[in-house]
Amino acid sequence: MENEKKEKKEKVPRQPMPEQDPKERIKNFNEVPLGYTAETAVLEAKRCIMCKKPGCISGCPVDVDIPGFVKLVAEGDFIGAARKLKETNALPAVCGRVCPQEDQCEKVCILGKKGEPVAIGRLERFAADYERNSGQVTIPKVAPPTGKKIAIVGAGPAGLTIAGDLVKLGHDITVFEALHKPGGVLIYGIPEFRLPKAIVDAEVNYVEKLGVKIVNNAAIGRIKTIDELFGEGFEAVFLGVGAGAPTFMNIPGENLSGIYSANEYLTRSNLMKAYAFPEYDTPIARGKNVAVIGGGNVAMDSVRTALRLGADNAYIIYRRTEVEMPARIEEVHHAKEEGVQFKLLTNPIQYIGDEKGWVRQMVCNRMELGEPDDSGRRRPVVVKGSEFTIDVDTVVVAIGTMANPVIQKTTPGLETNKWGYIAVKDETGLTTRKGVWAGGDIVTGSATVILAMGAGRKAANAIHQYVMNAGK
Amino acid sequence: MHKVVEKKYISDIVVKMVVEAPDIARKRKAGQFVILMIDEKGERIPLTIVDSDPGKGTITIIFQVVGKTTDWLSKLNPGDFIKHVVGPLGHATEIEKIGTGVCVGGGVGIGVVYPIAAALKKAGNEVISIIGARTKEILILEEEMKKASDQLLVATDDGSYGFHGFVSTVLQNLIDSGKKIDRVFAIGPVPMMRVICNVTRPYNIKTIVSLNPIMVDGTGMCGACRVSVGGETRFTCVDGPEFDGHQVDFGLLMSRLQMYCDQEKHAMNLCRCGHGK
Repeated sequence: MENEKKEKKEKVPRQPMPEQDPKERIKNFNEVPLGYTAETAVLEAKRCIMCKKPGCISGCPVDVDIPGFVKLVAEGDFIGAARKLKETNALPAVCGRVCPQEDQCEKVCILGKKGEPVAIGRLERFAADYERNSGQVTIPKVAPPTGKKIAIVGAGPAGLTIAGDLVKLGHDITVFEALHKPGGVLIYGIPEFRLPKAIVDAEVNYVEKLGVKIVNNAAIGRIKTIDELFGEGFEAVFLGVGAGAPTFMNIPGENLSGIYSANEYLTRSNLMKAYAFPEYDTPIARGKNVAVIGGGNVAMDSVRTALRLGADNAYIIYRRTEVEMPARIEEVHHAKEEGVQFKLLTNPIQYIGDEKGWVRQMVCNRMELGEPDDSGRRRPVVVKGSEFTIDVDTVVVAIGTMANPVIQKTTPGLETNKWGYIAVKDETGLTTRKGVWAGGDIVTGSATVILAMGAGRKAANAIHQYVMNAGK
Repeated sequence: MHKVVEKKYISDIVVKMVVEAPDIARKRKAGQFVILMIDEKGERIPLTIVDSDPGKGTITIIFQVVGKTTDWLSKLNPGDFIKHVVGPLGHATEIEKIGTGVCVGGGVGIGVVYPIAAALKKAGNEVISIIGARTKEILILEEEMKKASDQLLVATDDGSYGFHGFVSTVLQNLIDSGKKIDRVFAIGPVPMMRVICNVTRPYNIKTIVSLNPIMVDGTGMCGACRVSVGGETRFTCVDGPEFDGHQVDFGLLMSRLQMYCDQEKHAMNLCRCGHGK
C-alpha cells in the first residue's frame, strides 16, 4: 500500500507555471508567471513525500515550515497554508516570487536528487495569493505591550521582517523610510512584471496592521541621527538601509545623457511609474537600442524593462560567459524568450555621444576567459585588437552597488569594513555601537531579498533579548 | 502631507512658498535642499530651502515656473497640500569667518544665495552681494538681500534697473577696483555660474557654486545627479550641492539638464491643454 502510494507520487511531474506569452508580455508590464490554479497546486503539493528529516527547512533563511505548509496545500487548506507560512515569513507572496529557490529550499529537496524538486516557491506564492485574494487575511494576536521602543531604519525586506517579528513580541516599532513609499528594493527595484506593486503594498499593509508604524520621507542621518533616535527614547536601532549607492565603471563618456545606473532606471520605471508617462510625471528614456551592462538579476530586470519601454534591440553586455552569470536561470530564460540579445565576453571601454551630449555608440573589447580569480570564476581578459562599436541610445549600468555612507558618517562609533559596509561583530548583526544592529545589503553588499530577511530575523531575536534584559 | 501656508508671486514667473515641515524647519542649515512630490503621480524635484521658521514649523522655498511640476506647484494655494517633502538633504554651506564674501545671485538663484549671504553676515563677514535678472520686473528679493549684505549691487540684462549688463561684469569691476575678495558664492543659471568662475579663476578667488541637476531620490541611491568635478564623478545630492566652481564641468551639467527636454515639453503641453492635472 505504502509502496503503491509512493510510485503514484513519483509519476506526477513538477507542475509547470503558466506564463504570459513572450510576444504579448513585452508589450505590457503585467506579471509574467500567472500562478497555479487550486488543482495544479494540490497536484504539485502532493508530490512532496513528507520526509521525516526535511532538508528544505534548513535551506530556507527564515526557516519556513515547508513540509507543514505544503501538506496543508495538499489537503486543500490553502488559508491554513498561508497562515503557516506567515508564522515565520511576513512576506510570503514576495518570497514565492523573487527567492532563488533553486539555490535554497528546492536545492536540497530530496525529489531533486533523481528528478525535479517540489515547486516550493510556486506553492508559497499560490498560498499567499489565495489568502490575499480571498480577503481572509487575519491579523494574529501580538504579545502584550512591553513598553520598549525600537527604531528600524529602512523599510526594505530586512526592515519589514524585523519589524514584523518584534511587533509580534509586543514591542513598539517605528520604521523610518527615506523614500515616499515603503518596500525598499521590492518597490523601487524589482519590476512590476516580476513583482506586482499591489502585492508589496498588501504585504506592507499586513506589517502595519500588526502594529508597526512606518514613517516615510525620513532620511535618517539627515533629519535625525542615530544618537537623536536614542535621545527620543528608542532603546535599540536596526539599520537595514540597503547597499544604496550605484557603481559605475569610470570609463570615458559614462556621464553622457542616456546612460543610467540600474538603480535610477529601475527607480524611474518602478517607483515613479515612468513607464506610464505622461499619466505619471516622471520621464524615462525610451531607447531603441538599449545596452544593459552586467549579468545579474538587476541587469535582467533592466533589459526586460527596456523591451517593454519599446526597445527594438535590447542587449545584455557581459564580460564573462553565461555560465558565470549571477542571474537566476529563470530570469535569463525569460529574457531570452522575450528576445533579449546576449553579447557575452564583451566589455565596454568607452561611450561616444552626439553634439547634444547624448550617447550614440559604445566601444567594446572582446574578452576571453583566463585563469580563475579570487571569486573562483575564470578571469575575463581582453582579446588584443578586438575593439568594436555597438550603436546605442540608452545604456543601463547594472554592475552592482556600494555602501551609501550617509548613516555611517553621521554615527560616531559605528565602524565599517574596508568597502564601507557596516561592520558586525556576530551573526545577529550587532555593530560596534551599543544597541545598534545592522543587516541586509548594508552589511553583506548586494545580495538577495531572502538573505536580508534572514538577517532581519536573526537580529530580531538578539534585539528582543537585549531590550528585555536592559536595566537588569 | 505638508500644508501650504503662504504663496506669493515675487515676480511674474517666480513664486515664494511657505510650507509646513516642522522637523525639517528645526534641522535645516543654509545650503540644504528638500525633494518634494506634489501627489502620487508627480515627479520628485529638488528645491533649495531658502528660509525656515522653527517656531512655526515652516520652511520657505522659491521656484521659477519652468515645467509641468513647477507650474502645478505654482497653482497650489494656502490650505492646499504637498504630498511628500523629504529633507533636509545635501551638505550645508560651510559658513566660517573668511573676511569678505561676495554673493552673486542670478534669477531664481538669488533665492538660493540669500540664506548664504545672511549666514555669512551673521558669522561676522563683510558681505557684498551682486544680484541680477533679465529685467527689473523679475528681480527678486532685493530688500532681503540688502538687509543680508553690507553692500548690494544690482544688474539687469536690459538696463531697466541698476547696472546695464551681467552680474559677471559687476564682479569684474569690483575686482578691478582693487577690492580684496576672499570668497565668491555664485548661484544662478548654469551659463552665469560658468562665467563667474571664469572671472574669478585668474585671481584664484575660491568660488563656490550650488548645482541643480536632475535628481530622483536625492539620497545617493540613483546617480541621476552625477556631475564631473575636477575630473571625478560626484553625486550632487550627497557630495554637494555646493562644489568648487573652478573644478566643475558646466558643459556636462548643461547637457544632462536637457535630457528630458522633449518629454517635459510634451507633458507641459498636455498640462496646458487641460489633459493633465
